[in-house]
Amino acid sequence: MSAVLKTAAAAPAGARQRVHFRPWNVGRWVVWGGFALLLGVAPLVFTSGLAMTMLSQMGYMIIICLSYNLLLGQGGMLSFGHAVYVGLGAFSAIHAMNLIGAGRLALPMSMVPLAGGLAGAGVAALLGWVTTKKSANTFAMITLGVGELVAAMALMFPEFFGGEGGISANRTAGKPVWGISFGPQVQVYYLIALYCFVCTAALYALTRTPLGRMLNAVRDNPERVEFVGYNTQVVRYLAFIIAGFFAGIGGGLTALNFEIVTADSVGGFRSGSYLLFTFLGGAFFFFGPIIGAVLLVLAFVLFSEITKAWQIYLGLVFMFMVMFAPGGFSSLIMMNLRVAAFGKLRRLASSYLALGGTGAVALAGAAAIVEMIYHVQLNSALGPTLRFMGATLDVQRLDSWFGAVFVMAVGIAMFEVARREFKRQWDETQQEIEKEIKRREIL
Amino acid sequence: MSAPAFALELDNVRKSFGKTEIIRGASLGVKPGERVAIIGPNGAGKSTLFNLISGRFGTSSGQIRLNGRAIGGLKPYEINRLGLARSFQVSNLFVRLSVFENVRCAVLWSLGYRYAFWRFLADLRDANERTDEVLRMIKLDRKRDVLAMNLTYAEQRALEIGITIAGGASVILLDEPTAGMSKSETTRFVQLIREVTVGKTLLTVEHDMGVVFGLADKIAVLVYGEVIAFDVPDAVRANPKVQEAYLGSVLAAQAQAGAGG
Repeated sequence: MSAVLKTAAAAPAGARQRVHFRPWNVGRWVVWGGFALLLGVAPLVFTSGLAMTMLSQMGYMIIICLSYNLLLGQGGMLSFGHAVYVGLGAFSAIHAMNLIGAGRLALPMSMVPLAGGLAGAGVAALLGWVTTKKSANTFAMITLGVGELVAAMALMFPEFFGGEGGISANRTAGKPVWGISFGPQVQVYYLIALYCFVCTAALYALTRTPLGRMLNAVRDNPERVEFVGYNTQVVRYLAFIIAGFFAGIGGGLTALNFEIVTADSVGGFRSGSYLLFTFLGGAFFFFGPIIGAVLLVLAFVLFSEITKAWQIYLGLVFMFMVMFAPGGFSSLIMMNLRVAAFGKLRRLASSYLALGGTGAVALAGAAAIVEMIYHVQLNSALGPTLRFMGATLDVQRLDSWFGAVFVMAVGIAMFEVARREFKRQWDETQQEIEKEIKRREIL
Repeated sequence: MSAPAFALELDNVRKSFGKTEIIRGASLGVKPGERVAIIGPNGAGKSTLFNLISGRFGTSSGQIRLNGRAIGGLKPYEINRLGLARSFQVSNLFVRLSVFENVRCAVLWSLGYRYAFWRFLADLRDANERTDEVLRMIKLDRKRDVLAMNLTYAEQRALEIGITIAGGASVILLDEPTAGMSKSETTRFVQLIREVTVGKTLLTVEHDMGVVFGLADKIAVLVYGEVIAFDVPDAVRANPKVQEAYLGSVLAAQAQAGAGG
């Protein structure tokens, strides 16, 4: 029933009108109920401090990536400056927190993210009209320019941005409401979870409104939209403001979570991360960015602990995704669900096993090379040897290098064989499914 | 206030691209409910004329009036809101949306939903009913959930017409609606166009003379950016200027074939 979370683009929305009770309405309750349950239960299952930190970050990253996908996936607008709206939302929120702390603002701490949202929407309203005049390249270039501009300004106005050290605040300031002081991390987590659920629901609802649908139309064919009565710029502009609002809420939650905001939160590196992980999760389906947000936190917090070279691996994954599965993980999931729905997934199982096995061999070889290069560059003071997957590699001995290259080469060769076989089976399966659909259409 | 005499009126319209003048003083008055076919040799400016009327390009000089109102300089969406819709020679669809969504997108503005983000599409009963009605008219109701990019060519052409008429515009411009279709498809399609444009003012650009005589009450002949004749088919055929400028013999022969078939 995850089809419910698909972008409404392909979903038969109008059909619901005539038939009031349809099974996938139940599915909708299951999906949203499951989502709420997951958010509620997660901190009870993962109780460590690290897990709590990561869950909190995932919560607002989901909002940020979804807001980004309103532009990228729903509206076809490739933004290189989304961190501007997240970051300015965060700065506004941290200032609001300090005002609360100083007793000059009578706002409960739980409302601070909304202040961030309003700031994000305000800035988007200010900058958006120029940005959204054109789509595609012009849009992308302007967002890049605006991003650089704001990043430069962040260092020029230390009063607002706090210069090198950033701006810090105390989230326990102000009166506790119902005994909630936001001292313990778990209280912050549940606030984030609540915002995450409400914002996800709101953004999903948006895809089922006239504006949401016209945004899809503008993505597909802006020219034709102008000939059915809509001003494409207004459609883009409104979507841009809404995206700015939710980005600002996400930023406000980061401020509440870390109690500090630094200038790099408006920078290009952050914008790039939002773009990259939204894409990895998949822009074609509504739930794609949720996967992307989870991966983002896993990569930044966990994966970066395992290896210093994590950004190289990330770059490789991104590259392969762009080349072979431009729909991201969500699209891979949906394609396989379709195969499963026609009862043909089992047939692909051995192929998947072959792909996974050979891919792992190739990856192990490649990773050994990367790790050795990193070791030579950064850790040579620690001696010539390093541990890698249970083996000891010596960067001064040729056999380590040869071994790694050999493993990688063999892995790649076997992977290519497995890939061809998989592609053949996959295409065959797809053809059968197409035939089956045609047959059902006639019936 | 009396109704304007013309649904669409072109008054000495000119259009230049750089130094080349493509439309050189075209004038035309189409009465409400008339079906007009615009014909002319390749490069005569037929498509350009459509682009000028629908606001895709601005005119260099002259005036265009829709139901008596000057529309020169207006944006395509403003002209559309005043009751003029057009189709395209190359299908211009929302390819990643379903057939149903394609048509609904074309319905929304005319029913006043504008940029609403506080209402659910599923609750817009009038829009959904109108969409279903249009799908039945263009005979794509069985394909309502298919993505536009997965339709056959003929189905895409039908959807193109569906999007054009869905908003209920009173003046419809169809740019070569049957381009690229087989003979039998064309015959069916002309019938479809007749059905869905009942009571509308219709302008078509056409090459196929069978279609021209099947659809049009009047024919406008455009040669080198000027309307050299505008009359009922028989009169146009007999017009020596047309015969001279526009392959008169071919026209007559095809007309006969069309009348015989």
